[in-house]
Amino acid sequence: MDIIAVVKFQSNWMEILASPFMRTALIAGILVAIASGLIGYFVIVRGSMFASHALAHIGFPGATGAALVGTSVLTGLVVFTVVGALAIGLLGKKANDREIATGTVLAFATGLGVLFASLASENTSTVTNILFGNLLAIPSSQLVVFAGFLAVLIVVLLVIFRPLLFASIDPPVAEAKGVPVKGLGITFMILLALVVSMAVTVVGVLLIFALLVTPAAAALRFTARPGWVIFWSSAIGVASVAVGLTIAAMINLPPSFFIVSTVFVIWLVAVATRREGRVQVPVGGHG
Amino acid sequence: MLEFTDVSAVRGNTTVWSEGTFTVPTGAIVGVIGPNGSGKTTLLTMILGLLRPGSGELKVLGETPHRGDDRIGYVPQNYASIAGDSIRARDLVLLGLTGTQYGLRRTTSAQRARVDEVLTEVGAADFAKRRMSQLSGGQQQRIAIAQALVGKPQLLLLDEPLANLDIRNQQDIVTLLERINSERGIGILLVVHDLNPLLSVLDGAIYLLDGHPHYDNVDEIVSEELLTHLYGTAIKVVRTPQGDLFTRSA
Repeated sequence: MDIIAVVKFQSNWMEILASPFMRTALIAGILVAIASGLIGYFVIVRGSMFASHALAHIGFPGATGAALVGTSVLTGLVVFTVVGALAIGLLGKKANDREIATGTVLAFATGLGVLFASLASENTSTVTNILFGNLLAIPSSQLVVFAGFLAVLIVVLLVIFRPLLFASIDPPVAEAKGVPVKGLGITFMILLALVVSMAVTVVGVLLIFALLVTPAAAALRFTARPGWVIFWSSAIGVASVAVGLTIAAMINLPPSFFIVSTVFVIWLVAVATRREGRVQVPVGGHG
Repeated sequence: MLEFTDVSAVRGNTTVWSEGTFTVPTGAIVGVIGPNGSGKTTLLTMILGLLRPGSGELKVLGETPHRGDDRIGYVPQNYASIAGDSIRARDLVLLGLTGTQYGLRRTTSAQRARVDEVLTEVGAADFAKRRMSQLSGGQQQRIAIAQALVGKPQLLLLDEPLANLDIRNQQDIVTLLERINSERGIGILLVVHDLNPLLSVLDGAIYLLDGHPHYDNVDEIVSEELLTHLYGTAIKVVRTPQGDLFTRSA
């Protein structure tokens, strides 16, 4: 196939952007980007990058198996990621144990996903959408669910913000101060499961890192103040979704690629930029 | 400050130590010494109320130890590696005041003023806006102490506060702790491996000998016989003509 025939500029991209399915995609993308930005800082502070990646993989059989029991992909994702989150939260105390246990379950879950996909004789585009995301495939009826998840996330985070931050950054002291470190950890994992389920529909199981971790990592280059990191990671996510969708409307190619690329470029710029407050600590300096 | 009455420490099915009966006077600077694995950190865990005595009775500041006791400040081991790149030193100290509060609340100006006050007190005001990862080991230890002090405790627990510090920083931290003790009357309990940097400021020490904790004044502790028995290797106590006291392996 001629590449040029596939990549072609669509001069009516403004009309495409204004169409109802694009509007649904944009709203869904924005809701998911905000949710990812809200939790991304905590994912980094808690060192749960691997766990978030694993949750997406654990969601894979849920998504492909949903057709077997006749339910929606999102429901399948939520059920599997929440169960996975509880398991990760409850099992394994040491970080090292957790990585091995999580990785093992992750591989098994991915295999299960392939099995379910073939049992349900799902067409390749459904599986591709789950693996790589497709904002344009999100039904408008799902916007309400996304908005509901985001509302739950905001309310819970507002309530537990400080104890969660304390327990994430400084677990031994938080524990001694009476903060329920383990309970907050499990609560966090369930919130993460909801966000992962949403994010899979946008960027897919395999590109989840780009929405969940990279914006917060980029924001952390410029500020270490929790509120601002959360604001900027949400902003970076929203901007990436908007830019990605616009380019996808201009040239008829999958939005996932353009969203992830925008995040990647922002991250590159952030990494290349001199970081905030970087002051050389004199060797053997006082204090 | 601490009253132990026939206290034993049990983790799972293992008795870490037992038959601890002693009293530590209020407002003292006290070392916790003993060989590796003798249960020094377990002792701190118990005072913090995170582990109940297997038997016996323990009183901390007159009460049964309980989690979330605002009268106790705690600096855990390896504090530096805990925090890292994702938070400013100042915000970490603030968490010592606000980290247990649920719900949406603004940081009050009184809380901010208290953080400034404690940062100045530990000599950390100049670098408090940097991230933890950008600070030297000694600076990170000062921040950890500031966080433990910010809630105005009566007792400060420190687990290996001098580990991984050079001699100058060790001395600076010891001087700081002595000042906190004398100016604020805060009792200080610190787990240490090397007694030498602390000999000039210690009032006494809890030592874990053959599976039993004891408390004694520093003059009694610094004896060749006791230290040799304690660490299972020959230790000499040296007094210089200037009156300085050292312990070293013989």
